[in-house]
Amino acid sequence: MLSRTADSLFWLARYAERAGNVARGLAVASRMAAVSARLGDEVAEWRALLTASGGDAVFYRKYEAPTAESCIHWLVFDPENSSSILSCFEAARRNARSVRTALTVDMWEALNDSWNRLREFSPDATEGEQLADFLGWVRERVTLFNGAAHDTMLRNEAWRFVHLGTMLERADNTARLLDVKHALFAPEVAGAVDYVQWQAVLRSVSALRSYQWIYRDRLSARRIAELMILRPELPRSLAACHAEVSDTLEAIAQEQGGRTGECHRIAGLLKAQLRYGQIDDVFAEGLHEFLTGMITRTAELGAAIDAFYIRH
Amino acid sequence: MRAEDGVRAAYAEIAAWLRATPREDLDRKRHEAELLFRRIGITFAVYGEGGDPERLIPFDIIPRIIARSEWERLSTGLRQRVRALNAFLADVYGKQEILRAGKVPTALVLENEAYRKEMVGIVPPGGIYTHVSGIDMVRTGPDEFYVLEDNCRTPSGVSYMLENREAMLRLFPRLCARHRIAPVSRYPEELLETLKAVAPARAGADPTVALLTPGPYNSAYYEHCFLADEMGVEVVEGADLCVQDEVVYMRTTAGPKRVDVIYRRIDDDFLDPEAFRPDSLVGVPGLMAAYRAGNVALANAPGGGIADDKAIYPYVPEMVRFYLGEEPLLANVPTFLCEREEDRKYVLSNLHELVVKLAKGSGGYGMLIGPHATAAQREEFRARILARPGDYIAQPTLALSTCPTVVEQGIAPRHVDLRPFVLSGKEIRIVPGGLTRVALKDGSLVVNSSQGGGTKDTWVLEDEGPGGLAEGQSQSQVQSAGLGC
Repeated sequence: MLSRTADSLFWLARYAERAGNVARGLAVASRMAAVSARLGDEVAEWRALLTASGGDAVFYRKYEAPTAESCIHWLVFDPENSSSILSCFEAARRNARSVRTALTVDMWEALNDSWNRLREFSPDATEGEQLADFLGWVRERVTLFNGAAHDTMLRNEAWRFVHLGTMLERADNTARLLDVKHALFAPEVAGAVDYVQWQAVLRSVSALRSYQWIYRDRLSARRIAELMILRPELPRSLAACHAEVSDTLEAIAQEQGGRTGECHRIAGLLKAQLRYGQIDDVFAEGLHEFLTGMITRTAELGAAIDAFYIRH
Repeated sequence: MRAEDGVRAAYAEIAAWLRATPREDLDRKRHEAELLFRRIGITFAVYGEGGDPERLIPFDIIPRIIARSEWERLSTGLRQRVRALNAFLADVYGKQEILRAGKVPTALVLENEAYRKEMVGIVPPGGIYTHVSGIDMVRTGPDEFYVLEDNCRTPSGVSYMLENREAMLRLFPRLCARHRIAPVSRYPEELLETLKAVAPARAGADPTVALLTPGPYNSAYYEHCFLADEMGVEVVEGADLCVQDEVVYMRTTAGPKRVDVIYRRIDDDFLDPEAFRPDSLVGVPGLMAAYRAGNVALANAPGGGIADDKAIYPYVPEMVRFYLGEEPLLANVPTFLCEREEDRKYVLSNLHELVVKLAKGSGGYGMLIGPHATAAQREEFRARILARPGDYIAQPTLALSTCPTVVEQGIAPRHVDLRPFVLSGKEIRIVPGGLTRVALKDGSLVVNSSQGGGTKDTWVLEDEGPGGLAEGQSQSQVQSAGLGC
């Protein structure tokens, strides 16, 4: 496959996944802000979300303080934010457009329709009670795209680069969402507000119900962290995502007669670490330290993939 | 269809359908068609004019119909014309016999900007230069077709021929089923066969073909991707290719891969900064050297523009006689070259009846339609012709045929032209159909999409009578109730 095509497939999947993740983060933050408002700590929620989404430095140059209004605008419609939902869809569609031949019609239509519809939303679509509906719509569109890719793509290299992009982005997102809330997982805290916060964190990765299925017990910080980091059953856990990333890279290598490089090594290490790691060791290292390390190595892996397959 | 003919036989079914379909239904279908095109993303990119750069070419839902007998005559004429154009190109870059025979003025060819000296002495595989030719035709009466212009460089529009048919089949399945429409969907396959047929011998039985595009900002980018996809070949940009030791490679995830045939949709000027314009950013340095070495085939061959130049056009009938020893089957529109003194005199005293065009222009820009122009516009063109006579040609306005078209006021006749696509490889192939462009403005003769023209589906009927409806499908399997235990 053309290197440029692989690059575009990888990034269109990353951007589509990112749009969905921003919507997930926003849904949780707005729910939490409503709870925290009563306690007078609304700003902390928005600040945490901005940190998780990255690129918050630009936000603080542009806006004075993170309010509900400024954060929502920044994360949904602001073209200056390269990770706003609008920017993500724009970038996903731009990449898709340059590799139309490698996409199925269903994938293209899922992205193109989303983009056309997104441009028609008025800014008040994210005001008040409409926000939840809007964010639900974004998640639906991303699910539709992922489903279209999963259901219609030939299982060839094109599919593998799309899948690689989705999984790498998803791993990065789960680590970030958990990391901004790492303080909640300190052993000494466990108040009523924390309980609501824990629920919100689980909800952001669609895992509240999954938690119950797996543990059949009340929420605990340890288990939530374990579920999101190490449990292979949860499709958004770091372990599940990095297993997919590594397996996908191995599949590409196999089709190319065993050609491997640094990216395969990093991906294999991450997969093994998450496959055999134990949550006690994670907490012993420090949750924040562990997650920061994950985010850094995920970024290194992205760069190594680029160096090996794209810009060789 | 001309007013005095009444409704031609081929249109009888359509006329009945139009009478039976309420205006609201037609409008609803038009709206559906627009959504469909927007959804598939068939757009025409117009940059630098502000507004949405991704525009739709208006699609008219009433098909243009060509009877089988008419098509047979037309396609025989097209084959003849394209064979002559190819022979002319091989000649002017080779022995130049037609120039020595005095049939075409030597200076008109050798001093023409479209003549590429770089091509002298190169013999492309099979002697084919114009692998894909778009011949623009107009119908002026029963069985009377004129060639307006030949396109031997990188003619576009074939994706509309294919997508318009898809749209019609989706919007009006019953109407389509009642006609026996010759299918056009084989075009991509035929194109791929044509391209493979001209691969360098060393490429073997399964040559690697790629489509070279200037990129997403090109107005025909959609078409480039569409065709590559349909053929199952890569669509590459200049930066995806590199030349080493006169061999062309594309950069892939598995390392460099050798390319044998390039269907290029980039103009000659931008193909290779080492051979043509040095400022080209979309080309491939060294491509011409690889081509000269016979390591890669280019379709169409560089330099084909000399065959479709508007100043060369009047000589095409002569080419047919000279190379093929046949009488031309397709008529040329009488053309006056303003460069020639007697022609110029005639043009200047008959501006009100003539269409004046730039010899180098395309896209319907810089034209004077004499009968519709104001006195001031005619004076402006008079001055321009006098200042640069070599830049202008003139032709009489033709009584173009019209086709019923949905417009704001209802259904009205509008002028149409036709661009069939002729493929030349080991043999000549023509898919029955083409791109019908329609001038949407009342009385307008300009069909270019950049000038407010639209398109229609073009139906070549397999026979003159309506066909049967395809019906009947077996029932789908459904989930049984309960778990059955």
